[in-house]
Amino acid sequence: MRLRILKAVVLKIGFWMLVGVLMLYAIFPFYYAVITSLKPSSQLFEVSYWVDSLDVSNYVAVLSQPAFLAAIRNSVIVAVSVVIIALLLGLTAAWALGRVRFRGRTTVMMLVLGVSMFPQVAVLSGLFEVIRTLDLYNSPGGLILSYTIFTLPFTVWILTTFMRQLPDELEEAAIVDGASPWVTLTKVFMPLLWPAMATTGLLAFIAAWNEFLFALTFTLTDSQRTVPVAIALISGGSQYELPWGPIMAASVIVTVPLVILVVIFQRRIVSGLTAGAVKG
Amino acid sequence: MTVRESQSALSDNARYARDGRASGSLRRERGTRVRRQRVRAAWLFLTPMLIVLAAVAGWPLFRTFWFSLTDASLSSLEGAHFIGLENYLVFDNGWYGILADPLWWQSVWNTLYFTLVSVSLEAVLGVIVALVLNAHFRGRTLVRAAMLIPWAIPTVVSAKIWAWMLNDQFGIINHMLLGIGVIDAPLSWTADASLSMWAVIMVDVWKATPFVALLVLAALQMLPSDCYEAAKVDGIHPVRVFFRVTLPLITPALLVAVIFRALDALRVFDVIYVLTSNAASTMTMSIYARQQLVEFQDVGYGSAASTLLFMIIALVTVVYLYLGRRQLGGES
Repeated sequence: MRLRILKAVVLKIGFWMLVGVLMLYAIFPFYYAVITSLKPSSQLFEVSYWVDSLDVSNYVAVLSQPAFLAAIRNSVIVAVSVVIIALLLGLTAAWALGRVRFRGRTTVMMLVLGVSMFPQVAVLSGLFEVIRTLDLYNSPGGLILSYTIFTLPFTVWILTTFMRQLPDELEEAAIVDGASPWVTLTKVFMPLLWPAMATTGLLAFIAAWNEFLFALTFTLTDSQRTVPVAIALISGGSQYELPWGPIMAASVIVTVPLVILVVIFQRRIVSGLTAGAVKG
Repeated sequence: MTVRESQSALSDNARYARDGRASGSLRRERGTRVRRQRVRAAWLFLTPMLIVLAAVAGWPLFRTFWFSLTDASLSSLEGAHFIGLENYLVFDNGWYGILADPLWWQSVWNTLYFTLVSVSLEAVLGVIVALVLNAHFRGRTLVRAAMLIPWAIPTVVSAKIWAWMLNDQFGIINHMLLGIGVIDAPLSWTADASLSMWAVIMVDVWKATPFVALLVLAALQMLPSDCYEAAKVDGIHPVRVFFRVTLPLITPALLVAVIFRALDALRVFDVIYVLTSNAASTMTMSIYARQQLVEFQDVGYGSAASTLLFMIIALVTVVYLYLGRRQLGGES
């Protein structure tokens, strides 16, 4: 009896230690970025595990750079536009793919799934030509256009999954009432799909906010860059003296909104990711 | 009328419609017309998406294929000449072209190695994390939210954070390892050719494990509880239950996660570009292709590398679609 209690206690302690280790592993790097960003440059090169002083000079340094502020503005413009376009096109496509039976539907679904698996670099030269022809090089427009290659497929995919789960009776009733597909979609389904749209929009926002390869290739000047590129290209006097304080401050600035969004909407994000992947 | 009212009114109508099913041919005729109208609407609704996908995916991909057969350069895309397969392989007093480039083969090998190691680690760790998150304990929601943080952090940012933690002189990882006596001199993680691949894998595993864990967790939560109760009653050891019951049941979800991750890993670019730049020891196919395309301005050659990468990924995708076909077909 005593042995069994002992075993249970040991198991419990072991479990909590595992939880602790996993938590530490998940959170520590971000925590370390935060404490580094709050150090004055004189203390930067002494390793410490907690915040000794609250020094915001790194934040002041980063936020007083016009190029960084421009990068934040560009990222917001690009990510928000990408979300709007992906949801608009994705919603109509999801109605067609989720609620109507027609020949070629499986082919279209396969096509969409196939595009979501494209290696971005495979379209780099072709897309570069398209963007230059449309005169969108070195502008947010070029990024908005190119980002639809990876946001649109999964938006369509996730919204189709959610669209399929809605009851048939709703649509039958709308048809009996003589509602056109457009009215059915906007007046009957849209109100029910808000949670799904919020989820998908958030995933699209995160994907667009994080994108690096296209942003690096299709922009040229500081004023047109997005935040990931701006952070990647922060450099010091030489290769060996990177300004780690400001880099960590910039990293924290662009990450905190995402972390807050993810923590608030974690349930929705989980359901969105699993709807997009498991059911596909 | 509020949304809810209008919906309940609509479902009333649906009930009337079902009750009136006896009215025969008139309904059928109307049904066909409605169906035809709906199919037409479906294609109309799909058109914008298909046009955009053609513009950003189909056409550029076709152009990339075309460029790979030309001597195009970034400054003169228009003046490209058709040169056949010379970018891939050509004999001119010795073999030239991508397939004869040792650096290309090194990057192929690096990519495969990176994919194999990091995806395996992510699968094992992901299952462990999912099992922990599936247990009932206080603060589970909090822990789950915390586990999502690495996934939410932009790749470039996580690469920078880890670059700082792995810094050879002032990095906390070296500090910790020195502190517990594992090493006796600081390691230069991102510059040393034998370590840099492990540095990259470390960051990728940290960032992508939550994704695998989430998919596995979703599968775990759908498992029937009765066989666990039966196993408990029979006194079967939990480890045995895991390998005999749980693992087989979550395998489909785990496979999906692994394939998604593998496709991501095969095209990896940003984490490596930021962490180790263009070093040969960590160069992947994407890095190689972009270097040729943008830095060396050799669009023809770079496009050929991109095409080869596309073919590899297409092959994996086709295998995946083939395996998943039954599920897709079943729904349609």
